[in-house]
Amino acid sequence: MNCRSEVLEVTVEARQVEEAMLALLHTILLHRSTGKFHYKKEGTYSIGTVGTMDIDCDFIDFSFVRVSSEELDRVIRRAVSEFKDALGNSGSDGMGQISLEFYQKKKSRWPFSDECIPWEVWSIKVNVVNLANEQERQICREKVGEKLGEKVINVVEVINRHEYLPKMPTQSEVDNVFDTSLKDVQPYLYKITYQITDSLGTSVSTTMRRLIKDTLAL
Amino acid sequence: MDSDLSPQDKKDLDKFIKFFALKTVQVIVQARLGEKICTRSSSSPTGSDWFNLAIKDIPEVTHEAKKALAGQLPGIGRSMCVEISLKTSEGDSMELETWCLEMNEKCDKDIKVSYTVYNRLSVLLKSLLAITRVTPAYKLSRKQGHDYVILYRIYFGEVQLNGLGEGFQTVRVGVVGTPVGTVTLSCAYRTNLAFMSNRQFERSAPIMGIIVDHFVDPPCGVQRPANVGHPCNYRAPDEDDGGLFAGVQDSQEVCTTSFSTSPPSQLYTSRLNYHPPALAGAADLSHPAANPNQVLHAGKEGGVVLVPAHPHAADAHLTAEHPPNTPGSSGDDDGMSQSGEGRSVSPSDPVESLNAFTRKIGAFVNKPTTQMTAANLDLPFAAFAPRGLDSEENDPMVQPPDSPACPSPLQASLHSQGSESSGQQDDFVMVDFRPAFSKDDLLPMDLGTFYREFQNPPQLASLSLHISSQSMADDLDSLPEKLALYEKNIDEFDAFVDMLQ
Repeated sequence: MNCRSEVLEVTVEARQVEEAMLALLHTILLHRSTGKFHYKKEGTYSIGTVGTMDIDCDFIDFSFVRVSSEELDRVIRRAVSEFKDALGNSGSDGMGQISLEFYQKKKSRWPFSDECIPWEVWSIKVNVVNLANEQERQICREKVGEKLGEKVINVVEVINRHEYLPKMPTQSEVDNVFDTSLKDVQPYLYKITYQITDSLGTSVSTTMRRLIKDTLAL
Repeated sequence: MDSDLSPQDKKDLDKFIKFFALKTVQVIVQARLGEKICTRSSSSPTGSDWFNLAIKDIPEVTHEAKKALAGQLPGIGRSMCVEISLKTSEGDSMELETWCLEMNEKCDKDIKVSYTVYNRLSVLLKSLLAITRVTPAYKLSRKQGHDYVILYRIYFGEVQLNGLGEGFQTVRVGVVGTPVGTVTLSCAYRTNLAFMSNRQFERSAPIMGIIVDHFVDPPCGVQRPANVGHPCNYRAPDEDDGGLFAGVQDSQEVCTTSFSTSPPSQLYTSRLNYHPPALAGAADLSHPAANPNQVLHAGKEGGVVLVPAHPHAADAHLTAEHPPNTPGSSGDDDGMSQSGEGRSVSPSDPVESLNAFTRKIGAFVNKPTTQMTAANLDLPFAAFAPRGLDSEENDPMVQPPDSPACPSPLQASLHSQGSESSGQQDDFVMVDFRPAFSKDDLLPMDLGTFYREFQNPPQLASLSLHISSQSMADDLDSLPEKLALYEKNIDEFDAFVDMLQ
């Protein structure tokens, strides 16, 4: 099975990084989250309800919809905040990439650890610019809003191709497909990683970090 | 085609498509209410949240959608469309976007109805939630209020995109294949908002004051606050239960909440559960509709920002557009452009009323054209020319022929107001001059007084005729000398120009 890979690129001001990343990551997760599964007898299950909420950006002329789950929002914010700090520390004209990877776990026998098999990876490349004056910032505010709108349309287009999705798991397998740690919603298993390229364009990641979201940490 | 589909699957599929259509309309209309939407996630399925999404049902919107569908389903050649338009306080309206739920002939026979189709419709609804915030109308709808409101209209049949102007864009929200066809959801939106930029949005009375008169004969005996423009006139007059719509018979049907993890051959074990209209379900509907009018209020300074787009003499108009069995019929151009009745105030009215009290003379005086003098006809801006052309008494720019009955202080001031130079500046004196940001009578010298006093300053000496003509003569005399000098230094000038390039 091939992993589907999509790349989105945005150019933003430093103060817009956080909201731009939140907008895109939440849009993707909205589509990749379901309600909580409740398994019943005879192999049937019911699905909880996913609520949504509108979020207005402060630094970008843009609004987006995210899943109504404070827990999930906290996790995403933490990851984006780390990414933003790393970008900020890298230099004034930082470039970086944050990736949202959906994966499935495949149980392996001891002593081998479980395999994580990605089935969809979203990479958001970020280019940070510095602007000289307020007028440019105002223009940037609107332009970035438009660009994010285009990215949302791209995301929706990819998702609505209805390509591979993991099969709905049985109760024993559900943690290999979904992140069941949250109280109110159930996204597919995912992890967020990022890489920073410094302003000289020299390679990748002296600062590669992983932010792992597993329900079973081994 | 249908022989491959079991009766139960066919029934399920029809139900899915029907509720998908209703939820689509809810999402679109709620996204244009002008306020942020927030619904809660719930880990326990309630059985009334179709597609596992918490989307509230505004009863009026459901009612409108069902009325438009009239018992049919979106099918091939029969699209369900939601048209979003903008209406200004001056009565102008403009279509902003049209959302279309269509079905085409491409079938996916192998797809599982009760599982895959359902989940994909759920994903499509999520996509719709995302895309409704991205089109230009979203920002406009968030700012609606005094100057304009956003209206919606639902129709069934052929898609009409003529009202969107030239160069409209289309965005496809998504597709879901089913055994009977492919469901497609898309949006066509206007890109040319030039109408908007030319309008000056003056502060006027809240638009709801106009809309209430405009659309609706208020039902007798229904107390409604002044800021509620929402007509509700599709309710039968004797129904005054304040909430539930009697026409909603099947909304309490419980949606699929049970799925099976069994192998595909046993997948059809999950079935929809039909419950009689349960109190709990009804309560869900009635709670937000405790005052159905308020459901639509978007809190923008009390204005109802979204009303069903009922034209005057509403029902007949809309229902005439949707005869149930005529696929070709569709909303005509309709209830949205209220050309005649929308203009409660004609454009010239403010000018007339203004002229009754003040005589603004000069460029904007309102006078019959027959009284223009020959001088005015021959030369542009001839009235601004020096007084030698016309005597002041005959100049219509100074004394408009149709002076109003009430004596204006301007008459006296015209002749007595002294300015050292010619009286041409008097043509533009305005009576009752109210400069912006000035306070009346609070200061000894307020802005208006200052302006009037210093409006006619003496001319600059250098601009007076005899001095200027003299200097002109001097200039002409010295011209040959200057030219000779410049020619001598031509190299310097060339070098300078080169440096600049």
